[in-house]
Amino acid sequence: MTPTGPSDRSMPRRAVLGGMAAVPVLAQAARAQGRPIKIGVLTDMSGPYRDFGGRTSEVCAKLAAGEFAGKGFAVEVIAADHQNKPDVGAGIARQWFDRDGVDVIVDNPNSGVALAVSAVAREKNKIFLACGPATTDLTGPQCTPNTLHWSYDTYMLARSTGGATVKMGGDSWYFLTADYAFGQQLQKDTSAFVVGSGGKVLGASPYPFPGTTDFSSFLLSAQASRAKVLGLANAGTDTINSIKQAAEFGLTKTMQIAALLMVINDVHAIGQETAQGLIMTESFYWDLNERTRAWTRRVVALSPTNWPNMCHAGVYSSCLHYLKTVAQMGAAEAQASGAATVARMKSMPTEDDCFGAGSIRADGRTLFPAYLFEVKKPSESKSEWDLYKLQATTPADEAWRPLAQGGCPLIKA
Amino acid sequence: MFGFSRSQSIGFVIMLALIATSPFVLYPVFLMKVLCVALFACAFNLLIGYVGLMSFGHAAFYGMGGYLTAHAAKEWGLTPELSILVGGAVGAVLGLLFAWLAIRRQGLYFAMITLALAQMVYFFCLEAPFTGGENGIQQVPRGNLFGIIPLGSDMNMYWTVAGIFIIGFLLLHRVVYSPFGQVLKAIRENEPRAISLGYRTDDYKQIAFVLSATLAGIAGGTKALVFGIATLTDVNFTTSGDVVLITLLGGLGTIFGPVVGALVVVSMENYLAQFGSWVTVTQGAIFVVCVLLFRRGVIGELGGLLKLSL
Repeated sequence: MTPTGPSDRSMPRRAVLGGMAAVPVLAQAARAQGRPIKIGVLTDMSGPYRDFGGRTSEVCAKLAAGEFAGKGFAVEVIAADHQNKPDVGAGIARQWFDRDGVDVIVDNPNSGVALAVSAVAREKNKIFLACGPATTDLTGPQCTPNTLHWSYDTYMLARSTGGATVKMGGDSWYFLTADYAFGQQLQKDTSAFVVGSGGKVLGASPYPFPGTTDFSSFLLSAQASRAKVLGLANAGTDTINSIKQAAEFGLTKTMQIAALLMVINDVHAIGQETAQGLIMTESFYWDLNERTRAWTRRVVALSPTNWPNMCHAGVYSSCLHYLKTVAQMGAAEAQASGAATVARMKSMPTEDDCFGAGSIRADGRTLFPAYLFEVKKPSESKSEWDLYKLQATTPADEAWRPLAQGGCPLIKA
Repeated sequence: MFGFSRSQSIGFVIMLALIATSPFVLYPVFLMKVLCVALFACAFNLLIGYVGLMSFGHAAFYGMGGYLTAHAAKEWGLTPELSILVGGAVGAVLGLLFAWLAIRRQGLYFAMITLALAQMVYFFCLEAPFTGGENGIQQVPRGNLFGIIPLGSDMNMYWTVAGIFIIGFLLLHRVVYSPFGQVLKAIRENEPRAISLGYRTDDYKQIAFVLSATLAGIAGGTKALVFGIATLTDVNFTTSGDVVLITLLGGLGTIFGPVVGALVVVSMENYLAQFGSWVTVTQGAIFVVCVLLFRRGVIGELGGLLKLSL
């Protein structure tokens, strides 16, 4: 199947989708100046990650595209909901690449979907800019020359939250762990950094996943351990439920709770009253400096109810870097080979409002500093989204898994 | 030889014509998914439509079929047809176990036992090392059919999937309209009476269950090869729910119903994706409309209107 040529535009499928009559018209307008660069935002719009990615990701991709208006090539942004089903995600990715002329797919929270999309991007020699998924496999055993991993991964979260917290005095830990591969990995990684920084791990309560909604007995054993920090090695609704119940038990008064995978939108959803004192890691916060504040104002104008987190910042930053590379290479050449374009992207330093200056490693990992935040008390906040206090910064060269440990096949070559 | 009535033969010819021409119009990968889901729904329909057994655990056969096919193709390096047969065999073995326990009870209890067993399979898939947890098995090679025909091209894969679907469809139809199928329908209508006529109904139910589970495993395995992935989505209980809805939407106990239902539901998943959160809302609305307005499903109502058995 070849990429979309002009003949594809008159496919009867278009007729079937009568409601989409506007699409061929748009495509026709863009054809005047060669095939447009097309960015597909594949994200979760209806499930648990809709605030983590969702419409705000689409807004961020459009912001980046907007900066390249009138640079000699047209940029289009389309979006779809992968519904957290890997087969739906991979199906949309194939269709986008084969039929709809999409050159690059961004975002994609949900590791299962992301790994599937990454494989499709490699097969079709297109590009996948992963901002939403957590798995380090994307730059490890399953790394490809067509995928870049932006924003964060589980190693960096464990490293920052585990290591930096111990340095700040939280030197004895107890874990509440979702008992499956993801939770166990997070606990193992974080424990290693806690111990490596001179702290100790007093115990862990693995709980059955999924389906556990009552964490009280696990929280009681955590309390009885007299550890200073309770590490939550889980994600999504489990994290939110365990934080709420810990607050009800008064655990937050005696222990510091460290959420190993959580973003500002979750804190906002739980409410500051409950979430205060929580520590967590992100690579972006809107109130870090003048540039992040200015950029966030642009996003919030279009997405007023959902402020950007590190995933959204990654969508903007990765699209911007991709489009810079396209501007340098020329649109036709960039569209010809995804792998060549990704190689070019790796060779250029990144620079944007969200992450400042950064770089991309040979295995596709972008390197930015990791920030450890504590959630402010309601009395300390000046506004609704004024939620974080910066506690510690792990520099970019220490925050990420060393290249040699990843096992990425590209590195041996 | 397959016991088609006149109207069914016409329907079957139309279906064949659509299968033969649609890949030149619609996207083949999308159509392959429709065919896999349709085969799955047809297998499910054998139980609910013709034996009256409501299984809430069919995702276990579908998903495990997918996992084992993916594992066979990726780790053992088997050819696609053998990998898919491995998927079918897993479905058969699981089906045998499920049926052995579940057919001792009827109605709601039967459904609950199958659901409970399917949840056990789900937890097994979540924890077992070979399934890759929530990442699933990725990058499964499609391989070469019979060792010679490369399935990497979407069209070759499509004809293979179409072939598997048609064989499965004909097999199910043959079963339903055989003397064996007559007994199944007798069990559905009045089980004590079937027993009083001297039929060992449990054996019949067991065979029907295993047959259905085998085809579900084959459908799941085929889908795993099409997309090159096997993940938790397919063993999740929502998949068991989806197949119930697909069959209801298309028409319970009609041979074309599950196919039409699969087409409708997979199209919604695919073409509504761009409207974001509206996918689930639209799906819900369509099911409500279906239940309120055409309770026998699309094909059931059509058949009723034309006074034909479809």
